[in-house]
Amino acid sequence: MDRYDKSCPLSQKQLIDDQFMIQRNHLLEIAAYLDRMQRSAEKNGEDDFRMQAFHESLKALLTDEPDKVKKIQMILSDPDIEPLVARDVQGAFGANNPEKQGA
Amino acid sequence: MQYIDLHAHMASRNTDDYKMMALTGCVAVSEPAFWAGYDSCTPDYFRDYFHRLTEFEPRRAAEYGIQHYTWLCLNPKEGENRKMAKAVLDIIPEFMDHKNVLGIGEIGVNRVTQNELATFIDHVSLAVQTDQLIHIHTPHLEDKFKGTKVITDTLLAEQKLKRGKVMVDHAEEHTIEMILDNGFWAGLTLYPTTKVSHNRAVDLIERFGTERICVGSACDWGPSKPIAIPEFIQEMRRRGHSENTIRKIVYDNPVEFLGQCPKFKLRHTEPDAVLRFE
Repeated sequence: MDRYDKSCPLSQKQLIDDQFMIQRNHLLEIAAYLDRMQRSAEKNGEDDFRMQAFHESLKALLTDEPDKVKKIQMILSDPDIEPLVARDVQGAFGANNPEKQGA
Repeated sequence: MQYIDLHAHMASRNTDDYKMMALTGCVAVSEPAFWAGYDSCTPDYFRDYFHRLTEFEPRRAAEYGIQHYTWLCLNPKEGENRKMAKAVLDIIPEFMDHKNVLGIGEIGVNRVTQNELATFIDHVSLAVQTDQLIHIHTPHLEDKFKGTKVITDTLLAEQKLKRGKVMVDHAEEHTIEMILDNGFWAGLTLYPTTKVSHNRAVDLIERFGTERICVGSACDWGPSKPIAIPEFIQEMRRRGHSENTIRKIVYDNPVEFLGQCPKFKLRHTEPDAVLRFE
């Protein structure tokens, strides 16, 4: 069985050659989404808890620290582990709403 | 390469999916009890559903040489309804002795409410009393960390629980350590948008190793891929991981976990054996 040292077996050059085009596309999709938000006909989402978490996550991307995915996962998570008194909605939103019902 | 899909809601898929899975090397699926997409009106629905999971789906899978196993419960999406939960918990024992039932699952919490937690504890108690394997659903998105923490804390407080008989599924980057470090098995579900991609799953394997980790497609009635595991295999190969390492994750590990239930017996014990279609 292979033993891992937490490293990806591919070299950085290989990762660039293999995935740069895909990640470039993801980057442009995010940029276009933010542009679209700015061009939106109705500015009614600038304080939305999901976009606030989104912008905070973008800042985490720009650091040199490791574990970026875990950090962003936590930015997008409900940090309060106390169970809700009652179910508010059936589905999740993707980011924590500090004003959710049921807490 | 032969593989076992540890988490596939085949009742929500069509027969072409069974065929595609068989053609890509799937030899067995385990199907946890799921949510219909809307809350059930009556407990009688579950008797019909459990009948489907224990009688109809195994026959449908067998037509493509796939062995079908299942898990029974009231899915966490409906755990808020305590009256329904108690009624379903009364129905489950009628089906537990069926030859393809591996244990209780997928149980857990959804929005992490007090009622959902009570329903989860009731299911855990049933599993512990009857020495069943447990398959656990952890909630998605912003509820993932909170739900996994509440679930693992609850399990750790259960003195009679055998941690090696518990699969905590839908693990992600911020929850996998609390699952593995406490002695549970971790499941990675390869699902678009709301769970982990095959790329991130391979990253997690590279970071946390291959012990007590399995993968599943979690394919269901939503946008999902019944052949997500072959895509995971392809990514592992692309990165240069050995065939033995890949096989451990997609075949040997599920056999080790599911094999703790005496009813789990693969017909094809040789990983490279030729499939015999029934």
